[in-house]
Amino acid sequence: MPALKISHLPGIVGLILFMAIGLFAPWLSPHAPDQVIGMAWDVPSALAPLGTDNLGRDLLSRLIWGTRTSLSVTAVAALIAFLAGTTLGFIAGVCGGWIDQLISRVNDVLMAIPTLILALVILATLPKTLGVIILVLGVLEATRILRVARALAADIGAMEFIEVARLRGEGLVWILLREILPNALPILIAEFAMRFVFILLFLSALSFLGLGIQPPTADWGGLARDNKDGILFGIWAALIPGAAIAILALCINTLADWLLGANTRAWGARHHA
Amino acid sequence: MFMALTLPFFGRATGRNRLTSMIARRLVAGLLMLLAISLLIFAGLNLLPGDTATAILGQSATPAAVQALKLQLGLDQPAGWRYLHWLGGVVQGDFGVSLTSRENISVALWERLKNTLFLAGSTALVAVPVALTIGFVSVRFHGGWVDTLLNLLTRAAVALPEFFSGYLLIFIFSMSLAWLPSNSSVQVDMPVSARLMAITLPVLTLVLAVLGHMSNMTRAALLSAQRSSYIDTAVLKGLSPMRVLWRHVLPNAWGPIINVIVLNMAYLMVGVVIVENVFVYPGLGQYMVDSISKRDIPVVQGCALVLSAVYILLNLFADAVALLTNPRIRHGT
Amino acid sequence: MLDSSGTVAPPLLAVEQLHIVASGKPQRTLVEGISFSLNAGEVLGLIGESGAGKSTIGQAILGHQREGMAVTGGRILFAGQDLLRSSEAQLRRIRGKRIAYVAQSAGAAFNPALTLGEQVVEAARVHGLMDAQAAREKALELFRRFSLPDPEQFFLRYPHQVSGGQLQRAMIAMALCSGPDLIVFDEPTTALDVITQLGILQAIAGVIREAGVAAIYISHDLAVVAQLADHIMVLRHGRRVEHGTTGQILHAPAHAYTRDLLGAERAGNRPQTVQSETAPLLTIQSLSARYHHQPVLHGICLNLAKGRTLALIGESGSGKSTLGKVVCGLLAADAGSMTLEGMTLPSTLRQRTRDHLQRIQMIHQIPDNALNPKLLIGDQVDRALRTFTTLNRDQRQRRVMALLDRVGLDGTIAQRYPHALSGGQKQRVCIARALAAEPELIVCDEPTSALDPLVARDVLALLRQLQQDTGVSYLFITHDLHVVKEIAHDVAVLCEGRIIRQGRVDEALGAPLDDYTRRLVEAVPQLRQDWLAEMTGYTSSSVSTAAPSPLHAY
Repeated sequence: MPALKISHLPGIVGLILFMAIGLFAPWLSPHAPDQVIGMAWDVPSALAPLGTDNLGRDLLSRLIWGTRTSLSVTAVAALIAFLAGTTLGFIAGVCGGWIDQLISRVNDVLMAIPTLILALVILATLPKTLGVIILVLGVLEATRILRVARALAADIGAMEFIEVARLRGEGLVWILLREILPNALPILIAEFAMRFVFILLFLSALSFLGLGIQPPTADWGGLARDNKDGILFGIWAALIPGAAIAILALCINTLADWLLGANTRAWGARHHA
Repeated sequence: MFMALTLPFFGRATGRNRLTSMIARRLVAGLLMLLAISLLIFAGLNLLPGDTATAILGQSATPAAVQALKLQLGLDQPAGWRYLHWLGGVVQGDFGVSLTSRENISVALWERLKNTLFLAGSTALVAVPVALTIGFVSVRFHGGWVDTLLNLLTRAAVALPEFFSGYLLIFIFSMSLAWLPSNSSVQVDMPVSARLMAITLPVLTLVLAVLGHMSNMTRAALLSAQRSSYIDTAVLKGLSPMRVLWRHVLPNAWGPIINVIVLNMAYLMVGVVIVENVFVYPGLGQYMVDSISKRDIPVVQGCALVLSAVYILLNLFADAVALLTNPRIRHGT
Repeated sequence: MLDSSGTVAPPLLAVEQLHIVASGKPQRTLVEGISFSLNAGEVLGLIGESGAGKSTIGQAILGHQREGMAVTGGRILFAGQDLLRSSEAQLRRIRGKRIAYVAQSAGAAFNPALTLGEQVVEAARVHGLMDAQAAREKALELFRRFSLPDPEQFFLRYPHQVSGGQLQRAMIAMALCSGPDLIVFDEPTTALDVITQLGILQAIAGVIREAGVAAIYISHDLAVVAQLADHIMVLRHGRRVEHGTTGQILHAPAHAYTRDLLGAERAGNRPQTVQSETAPLLTIQSLSARYHHQPVLHGICLNLAKGRTLALIGESGSGKSTLGKVVCGLLAADAGSMTLEGMTLPSTLRQRTRDHLQRIQMIHQIPDNALNPKLLIGDQVDRALRTFTTLNRDQRQRRVMALLDRVGLDGTIAQRYPHALSGGQKQRVCIARALAAEPELIVCDEPTSALDPLVARDVLALLRQLQQDTGVSYLFITHDLHVVKEIAHDVAVLCEGRIIRQGRVDEALGAPLDDYTRRLVEAVPQLRQDWLAEMTGYTSSSVSTAAPSPLHAY
């Protein structure tokens, strides 16, 4: 673990805070997320510390539950993206030859399409269940991770200690898991953190456009969508979920900074876009 | 990225020819990619479960009405034929007919595309010089408080979702200060000044979205070039810092910098979808999102294809720039 | 030294009590109390192993320190001016104009985006010494002197379009173009093979003689330095070990360390000769192979006997590494066959049995890359034991300790990570790991090339000892003839993928020699001052502008 600097602390603490809120939402939230407790867009009061939303529901409660939804969906999608991208990327990077060509070319085609456009196209007709959304996000982001993982595996795979492992007759699985992965981990984790942010932004954008998490389930993008009309009346409710996303993204950036801080060997750095 | 796809089709060439063949390779690859994407888009919208005719008419429609609409829209034809028919039309500039307005899509598409390009172009005009300046200033005062501050600000900008920054700007400039309009509906016959005022806030939002990445990469490219060993040699020859920067660092840095700028321009094609929605700007992005809610499939197809095409074109351009600025490739072996 | 008025002239360069440290938590001293002086036209050789501080001193003379280093004491007087107390502007007036620097790696020193010509004349132009036309003329003149092909074209070339040897000569031309008083040569021929090195040494010698330039020549190779230097300073861990004229150092070294260095080069060590003819271990028949689709090996026929060492020598690009890879099974052969103790050896790893894998092991050139940075040393040796033996965990633990001990390492090393070890220690770990399999043949791919001469000597001694104890055979790949004499019984000379000479070391490398081998043997610098002068006849008659040969690709 690289040295932890004071400047990293606020970001990491913030991250832990967000995760805690998401985890303990049922106990932290003052009201149920879809319970109407007042008029539309009430000013903040003792009952509703952040005021109410466009339907009179407590904004704070919706925000807390929204944290849970946003973070969990993002986390699952990120995990899928990470596992799929890393596995395929490693295989492509180490094996080379036609396997590499096949995986890389399919990946290139998927990457050539702007993700939002493709997601909109798919979600336009498919039912917008959680499963579909997570799958779409996961697969599209996996392409980016695949590229990084492949570059890492190719770089590390060129080292002689991989040759030594081959000369021992080690199989592909061993080489990937015990020789390459430990050396690739720091960069992969940092990349995972970056992808998490992008998936979160992506998910929120989809929800904002009405093609992501469907109401009444609260998520940050959906909250922005619900309250956007309020802006024209001077209601700042729609800004809160956006601010939450921005703050969380900054915290994760700090985490990535910290992890990449003392990276002594820059594996795959020149491939990293 | 594009290169591997066409490797088997082009043999090895030498020197100048190698460069043109590499670029030609990418063009072909780009076209193939576009073809593949058109297939994906068509498949995504037309082959997935859900009956389009029923969706348009509603659940309570009579079977007869649904059947009539299907015949009218040509939905009874096999999917493959429909795809080729659509593709054939696209190549000739005909994107079909809108399901809701019953009008030719191509006209609206073209209008909207112009608006979107105007928005993207204005963004580029502002964002690029600012990003370059920030990058250079950061490097000039590398390690100092200016560098740290700029780094922090640009990092923060990247973290802002467009619907946040957009509404924030509206809140500040339209509601509180009433300087600029919150609604960016532009009309064809608007005077330029009014048009510019209308797009100021959306442009600002988009600028914030791409500024961070561009300035960060500019800084990184300059620093990386500066750390190269040939810079040491230049310093040991007694050259002034200005000369080192101008004659040695820049020629190696501007390739990656331009590459990043073009890539971010490509990203704008995605960013506009959100921003046009926030500001109700009549561009391609808003057209697409509107049509999705109205289930106007042909329009969605057309918008998706056009946006993807511009995106791919810009990526291709970025690739070509990377090639041209690489001395090994430009001057041959 | 007396000037025209008969009084003693001050030296051109005077370094007094130079102290340089590396900033860091425990502050490391890089250079301590170094003093010397240099007169115009003199050449000082700075000799030492890696970490001795020679490059640091070399760069300090230009008033330049690498990141993380700082000068904490002393003076560097150049023509009366203290460079350590000069401003950046003052230093800029001297660098490239009066003091020039020739770096170790020419490939890294040139800007890939600019033409060679532009970079070569840049210093002269920027310092206002001559106009564009004159500078170009001078550059072309220098290119001609250094036997660079087609100087006018060369001027317009880009760095990636020319070979490493040509780049190195271009760099020296770049240093000379502005007519400096002093040149610092920082290991300029270390990365080159002997024949290219010879060409460059001659160029440098000629230029120094004619232009009367003073020079500091940094190297770890005493034989090379002995050719050019008037006096030599031996460095170790940043301190002066010995300083004297070249003759003194070569023939009457005062310090044990200096004697050590000389001993390492004189190579009094020889491999144990095997008395009787022994059974063949590895036989290669008509082998051809490709690397990255380029044909590299053609019709190779080799014989390696049990308990003996066969050295494979050749220049870079001759295919020796490729052959090593084919023997190990990492590369498939296109044609031909290999047998191990009479039984066919399949060409690829996939076709080989565990038995095959166990019997042939490999040691690589750069030990840093041959060890997994994230695994403990002990675990890496243990893994080899797990694969090739049937010992249980406790037995393996003991065996790991025994193996480490056998290669001269302390058992505590097993609990450490590779980055904590020195180059020599890492190579010993690699040897221990190879031994774990109890192989019959070890393919050694230039295992001592990346090590300091004294460390290399010890590793070679270890290999010799192991061969004596276990009867293992070595296929030893190298480009260094000294190493061949120290380790090998037999030698095969490889040229452009073909074996042009094979046999016992004394016979194969003794007269009568074919052209190629003779050039290879003669180009190795010897530890006497007049060697280079003798070689002047060598280039002018054979190599310079003659018909294209594989040797003239530089």
